[in-house]
Amino acid sequence: MGPNGSGKSTLASVIAGKEDYDVTEGEILFKDEDISELDPEERAYKGIFLSFQYPVEIPGVTVTNFIRTAINETRKAQKLEPMPGAEMLKKIREKADLLGIDRRFLSRSLNEGFSGGEKKRNEIFQMAMMDPTLAILDETDSGLDIDSLKVVADGVNALRSEDKSIVVITHYQRLLEYIVPDFVHVIMDGKIVKSGGKELALELDSKGYDWLKEELV
Amino acid sequence: MTFKDKLLSSYIALEDYLEYDSPIHDVRNKAIKIFEEKGFPTRRDEAWKYTSINALLKPDYAIFSNKEKNVKLEDVRKYFLHEIDTYKIVFVDGVYNAFLSETTHDSVDVCLLSSALVKSQYQPVIEAYFNKVAKSDGLTALNTAFTREGAYIHIPAHKEVRKPIEIINFSTGNEAAIFLQPRNLIVVGENAHVQIIERHQSLTDNKTLTNAVTEVFTGKRANVDYYKIQNDRLTASLIDHTYISQEQGSNCQVHTFSFGGNIVRNNLNFYQNGERCESTMKGVTILGDRQHIDHDTLVHHTAPNCESHQDYKGLYGGRSTGVFNGKIVVDKIAQKIDAFQQNNNILIDDGASINSKPQLEIFADDVRCTHGCTIGQFDEEALFYLRSRGIGLKEAEALLMYAFANTVLESVRIPELKKRVNKLIANKIGVSLGFEL
Repeated sequence: MGPNGSGKSTLASVIAGKEDYDVTEGEILFKDEDISELDPEERAYKGIFLSFQYPVEIPGVTVTNFIRTAINETRKAQKLEPMPGAEMLKKIREKADLLGIDRRFLSRSLNEGFSGGEKKRNEIFQMAMMDPTLAILDETDSGLDIDSLKVVADGVNALRSEDKSIVVITHYQRLLEYIVPDFVHVIMDGKIVKSGGKELALELDSKGYDWLKEELV
Repeated sequence: MTFKDKLLSSYIALEDYLEYDSPIHDVRNKAIKIFEEKGFPTRRDEAWKYTSINALLKPDYAIFSNKEKNVKLEDVRKYFLHEIDTYKIVFVDGVYNAFLSETTHDSVDVCLLSSALVKSQYQPVIEAYFNKVAKSDGLTALNTAFTREGAYIHIPAHKEVRKPIEIINFSTGNEAAIFLQPRNLIVVGENAHVQIIERHQSLTDNKTLTNAVTEVFTGKRANVDYYKIQNDRLTASLIDHTYISQEQGSNCQVHTFSFGGNIVRNNLNFYQNGERCESTMKGVTILGDRQHIDHDTLVHHTAPNCESHQDYKGLYGGRSTGVFNGKIVVDKIAQKIDAFQQNNNILIDDGASINSKPQLEIFADDVRCTHGCTIGQFDEEALFYLRSRGIGLKEAEALLMYAFANTVLESVRIPELKKRVNKLIANKIGVSLGFEL
């Protein structure tokens, strides 16, 4: 969590490997391995998934073709055979139903003309399909109404397990009522300034970031 | 002797060779005089500012092929849309090849221009339509003067032609360099419906220069669906002039897929002569090496309540160059026109370049004319988005290229052709993605 401009999204982009950013110091250790020199796709093969704050529109590529390419390219990199068509279709339908995504959506161009909420749901759908070890959700709750929020949260919670991690980047406490955090870290000016349990989120919600600024001074 | 001189002296031989009192004799004579006067275009002509054909005029071309070369079906089968049943009008070095063709006179005429110019039953159509929409620039006139062979397609009123018609011009490399001038005449009656696929293909790396003219007359409420496949060798160049005249309520669609050839120039002209006409021009161009293409389009709206739609997409790699010159003319009485023109280009490599010029001449005051042109590189955000899902850089670029071309492929109405073009695009891009658009 953190106020606007604190560096939350930048952190997410850097972990996912966005080339606009140059890592000048330090390491990114994922399962004891430094991934800071890896390409974005290589990080995806390691099991890292970023749910974008502003998902990109790709006219001309359907949701289905996109996710099929992503899964099979990943399998190729992992020296696996492509997923058989029937299995792929079944998995797509399963995850789409899980997230309340209409079948017709799947043949639409990726994110083109989607509402903010639809884009976010599509991100979680992709996450469910890719089944990552580390999922970073960048402001997933922005633009979602309560119903969509619940559906998205259910999708995320279905992923939770002992050997998986989820980093939820958010401004507000609301999402955290549905996706209850194990840890809360607060970023300000690019640094993690305070850490705690789920109560920290509640405290921030009632007292605001200014309280924290004063406390740190 | 320049190529122009050679052509002028060959013209006399042509008239001797034909040996009959041709109904188009006068038309030819007038045309050769026009060519004599105007000659070949140069860079000083505004319409040819970015495309020089000087190098193309240097080889010692054979203008007529007298040696007949046998072409085996198995060698050329892949150039036909063999997945489905089609009519075929096939020429080899400018000469009709009966063995590879499949023509008909069964309620429609799908045959040869050379027959139509000689036999009396075709005379009314020839007199009514031949050279009536083609213009008189030097190159078109040159083709008119030398008119000898090509496709003759006459669809009577209300006839829906169930099989697409393929017009294919092969050059065998029998001559070291050959100059071909096919001339197509296509007359579609009221409310009739036809699909045409046209292609030029060299079978060797001997030089070929083709100067083709096609006239299409679309009757009231008729529908013409035309596809040009331009995927020839790097030693073949093409200058195409297609003139389409539309009557009231007609709908014409031309797709041009340009992946091959050395220098390719497409002059595509639509003339809307009645109300409620619809004209669609779409193209996908993917070039590399030092290929060059020039798309010169014209839609002339002369009547009210019509529509036109242009969408050309270009992907230029290597040191290839492209030109898009899209002209829309709306006459004063042509009110309530809805004209849309779009030209989008991606430059894949630093050495590639494109010149895009939209030209709107609008004399009516109640019209909607939208035009847009973009020239850019790959969208970095989109690339990152794709890579973050495990799609490698090369595949991600290919996906964006496919997606880019898709907006044009969507309107291809022959599924097997769409699949074919998809494969051609995949080959050209060099990456196979495991799915089709």
